[in-house]
Amino acid sequence: MQTIHKELSKRILVLDGAMGTMLQDYKFTEENFRGERFKNWETALQGNNDVLSLTQPQAISAIHAKYFEAGADIVETNTFSSTTIAMADYAMEELVYELNYASAKIAKKVALEFTKENPNKPRFVAGAMGPTNKTASMSPDVNDPGYRAINFEELRIAYKQQAEALLDGGVDILLVETIFDTLNAKAALFAIDEIREERNITVPVMVSGTITDASGRTLSGQTAEAFLISISHIPLLSVGFNCALGADQLTPHLEAISAKSEFAISAYPNAGLPNAFGEYDESPEKMATQIKTYLDKSLINIIGGCCGTTPEHIKAIATLVEKYEPRKYSTPLAKGTSV
Amino acid sequence: MNESKVLKISGLEPLVITPESNFINVGERTNVAGSRKFLRLINEEKFDEALSIARDQVEGGAQVIDINMDDGLIDGKKAMVTFLNLIAAEPDIARVPIMIDSSKWEIIEAGLQVVQGKSVVNSISLKDGEEKFIRHAKKIKRYGAAVIVMAFDEVGQADNYDRRIEIAQRSYDILLNKVNFPPEDIIFDLNIFPVATGMEEHRRNALDFIQATTWVKENLPHVSISGGVSNVSFSFRGNNTVREAMHSVFLYYAIKAGMNIGIVNPSLLEVYDDIPKELLDHVEDVILDRRDDATERLLSFAENVKTSSKERKVDLSWREEPLQDRITRALVKGIDGYILEDIEEARLSAEKPLEVIEGPLMTGMNVVGDLFGSGKMFLPQVVKSARVMKKAVAYLLPYIEEEKLKNPPPASEKAKSNLVLMATVKGDVHDIGKNIVSVVLACNNYEIIDLGVMVPPEKIIATAIEREVDIIGLSGLITPSLDEMVFLAKEMKRQNFSVPLLIGGATTSKAHTAVKIAPEYHETVVHVNDASRAVTVVGDLLNPTSASAYKEKIRIDYTHFRDRFLTRGKKREFLTIDQARENRWKLDWDKAEISIPNALGVQVIEDFDLHQLLDYIDWSPFFRSWDLHGKYPTILEDDVVGAQAKELFADAKIVLNKILDEKLLKAKAVFGLFKANTINDDDIEVFSEQGDRFVFRTLRQQSKKASGKPNIALADFIAPKETGRQDYIGCFCVSTGFGTQALAEEYEKVHDDYNSIMVKALADRFAEAFAEYLHERIRKKDWGYASDEFLTNNELIKEQYKGIRPAPGYPACPDHLEKLTIWEILGVKEKIGVELTDSLAMWPAASVSGYYFANKDSRYFGLGKIKEDQVIDFAKRRRISIDEARKWLSPLIS
Repeated sequence: MQTIHKELSKRILVLDGAMGTMLQDYKFTEENFRGERFKNWETALQGNNDVLSLTQPQAISAIHAKYFEAGADIVETNTFSSTTIAMADYAMEELVYELNYASAKIAKKVALEFTKENPNKPRFVAGAMGPTNKTASMSPDVNDPGYRAINFEELRIAYKQQAEALLDGGVDILLVETIFDTLNAKAALFAIDEIREERNITVPVMVSGTITDASGRTLSGQTAEAFLISISHIPLLSVGFNCALGADQLTPHLEAISAKSEFAISAYPNAGLPNAFGEYDESPEKMATQIKTYLDKSLINIIGGCCGTTPEHIKAIATLVEKYEPRKYSTPLAKGTSV
Repeated sequence: MNESKVLKISGLEPLVITPESNFINVGERTNVAGSRKFLRLINEEKFDEALSIARDQVEGGAQVIDINMDDGLIDGKKAMVTFLNLIAAEPDIARVPIMIDSSKWEIIEAGLQVVQGKSVVNSISLKDGEEKFIRHAKKIKRYGAAVIVMAFDEVGQADNYDRRIEIAQRSYDILLNKVNFPPEDIIFDLNIFPVATGMEEHRRNALDFIQATTWVKENLPHVSISGGVSNVSFSFRGNNTVREAMHSVFLYYAIKAGMNIGIVNPSLLEVYDDIPKELLDHVEDVILDRRDDATERLLSFAENVKTSSKERKVDLSWREEPLQDRITRALVKGIDGYILEDIEEARLSAEKPLEVIEGPLMTGMNVVGDLFGSGKMFLPQVVKSARVMKKAVAYLLPYIEEEKLKNPPPASEKAKSNLVLMATVKGDVHDIGKNIVSVVLACNNYEIIDLGVMVPPEKIIATAIEREVDIIGLSGLITPSLDEMVFLAKEMKRQNFSVPLLIGGATTSKAHTAVKIAPEYHETVVHVNDASRAVTVVGDLLNPTSASAYKEKIRIDYTHFRDRFLTRGKKREFLTIDQARENRWKLDWDKAEISIPNALGVQVIEDFDLHQLLDYIDWSPFFRSWDLHGKYPTILEDDVVGAQAKELFADAKIVLNKILDEKLLKAKAVFGLFKANTINDDDIEVFSEQGDRFVFRTLRQQSKKASGKPNIALADFIAPKETGRQDYIGCFCVSTGFGTQALAEEYEKVHDDYNSIMVKALADRFAEAFAEYLHERIRKKDWGYASDEFLTNNELIKEQYKGIRPAPGYPACPDHLEKLTIWEILGVKEKIGVELTDSLAMWPAASVSGYYFANKDSRYFGLGKIKEDQVIDFAKRRRISIDEARKWLSPLIS
């Protein structure tokens, strides 16, 4: 796993853009989502993007390839919701291992092909671990603030299962992302740290939180710096923010953590804020201009896109970052931290 | 300095603690152990109000809030989770980091699982060895929290400079090298202990802490130092002026040395510069241990500060008052420093020396009696008053004798005060309660004839006749004493006595008195359960005008009580002994875990160091023996008895130190672990190392249980022989009573009943502490089935350990005869000299004996009442006559 650290010290790495936005172009029907395998599945499956890794693997594979072609160094697996907790909506808890394993395999296969083609630009796969649809430090019931729909232990088990399957499928990195509630992320990190010890491996981990709105806090109420402090106990490859905000709005929060973290800093903002129709429509050029601020301020080491971003956005970003030096930081490996 | 190597913690907002940061103040009111209000709110599940305490703390400037739910009456884990979840919904509280405070790992872990920020765990230590320490530290790191490490290791709590740095260094090395714990996330609590306690070894407590802090900051890079500051002034509770000054001075030096985090009550903090020069000097002398007499000087100085903050001189103005006021004051306040001077003055102005007693002294004692009667004075104060009284009387006696020789009074004029005979009955050796009652009655103008302990009935009868006593008081602590009392009542009837009989002592009850003793004696029998009631009861019984009405009231009351008791008794349903055995507690012996003891056979401990028992003392019963009711240490802060409890505790410490310093009591123990199996349902067959066979006879609960509930006997906790599994049992006897008698007599010689009683009460506490200590040692070492146990003294008191140590004569096994078997197996008398009286009480009195059961399902229970069929069966098993069995078991027979 030395390579990713080596690459990070040399240049700014580019992460891919949105999977969901790309899948919308395929206009998959309920039937397409079900495929042959889930023809008679008990629940509706349309909208369950993660299941497409099993029913439409060629589409997933093609999207990964498009991002690599656009210049991405890292693609995310199609596993944002592949935990028993999120999959409960589709009664697919039993399929979680397979979903993660298959998604990892698909992405890894594409990455290996691209690396083979151009060994000077090695490509990586980050196993995406989303926030689940439940929060451990907030009550869904306003009348009962002490109530919790999920607890740490349940999250730890679910995340552990997902991470193990992703690693078995061959991912290079684990990416705990779109963190609304730091406690959920801590359960994920706890699980990952257990796996590291049990398997005696040093898998790089990226952590990406989400500042939900102009308040500058996570949904669970933490400031950027408090969030940083709360997740820095595990050796990380990078920490940063994604989603909810456009590149512009994200700048102050990146500044808040960039100065204070010894890990690499990542950012993958949305293509602006949603318009009146709920669509993200910021152009690749405009987004790249905003990201230029990050680079001028030397805030980041990893950059990509979230909701609304496409291979065009990634291409514009990749072209831009080539001209910039990465932010300097002390890598965990340089410090001799072992697990 | 590397900016990353600073302690960073978080709530919703960050808290970064750099070397430049000001002292970080941790709010402590959300701690059930520290705030009675918070405890009550949690207990009553008034979480809204509990939250407002947390909010007040944050608004008041606390930068971290310490949350502790360690209390026996609440489900700590549940309370911790509930409260933290509720805090998470309150952004104005949740903005600060949480300190998760518990002595129980499961509560800490539950807390760690519900906080999103980086919290602080309070605390872990090497107390239970490295393995546990590493395991917990690793988990804490994985949960993403900083940690407070207590200076505590397998040997004990660090209480001097060397031990503090030794443990800090070792903990630090382990955390860095074996856990890879970030040094900046380590906070050492180097133990802030009280100074000015009067104990020589406490003199350097503050200074050692400060110097150890300096050392740690210099030698263990990046760590923080914390502590609970209010401890340091513990001995000045009640005197806030001095306490505030002590806190400020202590912090001034500790912060300079590097302490950067602490639990401080901001309202109990004086500005260092605002401390008056003289007070500052005295306090600094104590904190920095600058003078040999620093404590005495601060103590006497504190007296002034206490009486009035403006007037800073010892208030001796009362010495200017009239003689009677001075004598009364000396008696009420228990001040004996001037009493002889005043008595001499009174004697010179009196016609006869006896008048001094009948006049000024009795006037003073009547004030004491009134105050006590109205609840304005407490028992220990009254006993202190008695000490002054005794000194005065002793001084006057030679003059009175001289006067008698000069002017012998005519026989008819011989003033007769009311005579009370007090005795602990035959076979029983416990006399603390009896002595207290004697003293209190003496204070109220009764003459006491105290026959002491183990008094044979014939001596009580003979003395009562010879001295024409007006009342007889009997005391007893063990169950066989109840029969002695019944016997005495019968004997008094036979000899046609007419004086009232008082019954008291731990084993006695109104029920037993009403049902078993009163019917045997035609005169009045009263059960007196505490010393304060003794005065009014005796007063009513001997008051010529009201006595007959009072006696009639008692008779009616006891008759009613007896009737109610007997009818209630009939309603209870019992099983036959065979049915009860059928419904025994059936453990799954195929799966049961049986630990083989590490050390089988008998061991003796000679002359054990009492210091080591200090941490094991349960103080609550000590206060109870003085009629001060409440749980230690909260009793010291109690609104009603707090001041008195503090004073008593301070006095106890003086005697305690004397005992420790001069090694006045000897602690001895004998114990053994043996192969054992249950045979014939209720017997436990035991083999000594030499192969000698002994049998313990246990008794089985016989009252009908709710369905699913077993009828338990201790034998249920040992594997039956037919299972083929070898099981084990232990038994023990500890004593800290050797030396008690001599020391008590030494005090009695100088008319100091107060301290005489104190010695016995302390010896009892030591014996219980020794039993607690030994049991822990057995669990961890000699038997070794709980080598990873980690319990605080509080948890020990609450019996949260695995396995039990029931004592013969107590609820699980009320049969005292079992002691004979224990004595035989262990050779108790030969090895450590503890003897058994006719009634099977242990002598010296400060002794504890019992068995050890290790099975994880074993638990304490009450035998309750048993039926005649079990008595007959028991007699057969024990090979004694049914009458004898009935005699020993009589209090148990339904």
